[in-house]
Amino acid sequence: MNKIRVIARIDVKNEFAIKGIHLEGLRRVGNPNKMALDYYNNGIDEIIFMDAVAAYYDRNSLSELIQRACSDVFIPITVGGGIRTIDDIRNALKSGADKVAINTRAVQNPSFITQSSEVFGSQCIVSSIEAKFISKNRWEVYTDNGREPTGKDVIEWAEHVEELGAGEIMLTSIDKEGTKKGFDVGLYKSVAQSVSIPVIASGGMGKASDAVELLENADIDAIATASVLHYKIETIQEIKNTLLQYQIKVRI
Amino acid sequence: MKIAIIDYDTGNVRSILSAFENQGADVFLTNDKDRILESDGLVLPGVGAFAHGMKSLESYGLVDVIKEYVALDKPFIGICLGMQMLFEKSEEFGDTEGLGLISGKVVKLPTEDNQNEKLPHVSWNELNSKGVQWIDTILEDVEEGSDMYFVHTFVAQPQDNDNVLSTTEYSGYNFCSSVKRGNIYGCQFHPEKSGKMGLKIIKNFIRRCEQ
Repeated sequence: MNKIRVIARIDVKNEFAIKGIHLEGLRRVGNPNKMALDYYNNGIDEIIFMDAVAAYYDRNSLSELIQRACSDVFIPITVGGGIRTIDDIRNALKSGADKVAINTRAVQNPSFITQSSEVFGSQCIVSSIEAKFISKNRWEVYTDNGREPTGKDVIEWAEHVEELGAGEIMLTSIDKEGTKKGFDVGLYKSVAQSVSIPVIASGGMGKASDAVELLENADIDAIATASVLHYKIETIQEIKNTLLQYQIKVRI
Repeated sequence: MKIAIIDYDTGNVRSILSAFENQGADVFLTNDKDRILESDGLVLPGVGAFAHGMKSLESYGLVDVIKEYVALDKPFIGICLGMQMLFEKSEEFGDTEGLGLISGKVVKLPTEDNQNEKLPHVSWNELNSKGVQWIDTILEDVEEGSDMYFVHTFVAQPQDNDNVLSTTEYSGYNFCSSVKRGNIYGCQFHPEKSGKMGLKIIKNFIRRCEQ
């Protein structure tokens, strides 16, 4: 088994890190660059910056933030939100991002995943999928930060983005996001069984034991958390120590 | 002391640039022959497909420049795809010729032990010395078992075991995670993305350029 990556997800609106519940009701929680540096110094494995309103306003504005992060944070950085052209990806990578997360644009035009992975390599194309529970073992794909239903089935879409050339999937449960009530284990189990690319679980973690419950039941490669770190519920080392106690391998 | 990073339109070079700056190096991006040959240290970055990387180097006329630089016996390091391109050939999308600076080839990461193991190998993973001395190399003072960040599907298989500096285990297979031949180095992982231990490797490389 791979070492599980523990990722800090920082949602950004204008120059502020923000946090909501179910991707809604956003409030400011700090300076994204300061937070990223603090998490890096305390042993986080990766950082994801998401422009929370970019898809909505048709723009992406994280370049400067990525450039600053890149000068003092020496771990993988992913940027998402409002990525819609090959040039957007090139700019993000030039600014210092290692990977881009693509959601809305991929749903509108699935071949965008193929085009971008052919140009930049699938290792830097993360398919971001927002999932909303419909009924037992059925979830619907949403876009625009949980605003727009698409009618697509999450499991079928996950299989499809793998075929199209995505290198990883970041799967966010809209129902659990920001609730701190634990991951939607069934969702991650179903998707992880259906694809062979790495899956990042995002949304719902309120404490390290939530990650243990998820990882003991689903073949997940990475967990992303925002609330636990932003609200200082547990430190990165506390999360990793708990995982280690349950024989889940992590980078120390 | 100046270190050149080869700029040939591939991947994220800014993070390599800032990691070297962070460790105090006078570093710049270039694809100019004279600036490359004048430098005291040379870095070949790279992500993505082998054939695309080689084609890109050729289109800038850099293959011969790199060979000329290496003949001067100054420190050179290839990172990720940059390490793979040091070898003679790769089996990615049919055989493609590499720089041929180290004997051996590049093959898909074997995962026979466990068909369910995922590729690409995207993970932090451990460097093992398997008895190889790291003193006076870029891995000097790096602790045995240190975690580095890997993102790759292909691995190098050096013909000569003496060129293997470290190995890393994935899915029951021990692959070559760093190489050394004289002053030529290669890392399959990303030292610029591997936290403080990765920065130490960059610092060690810079020190070699100062000598």
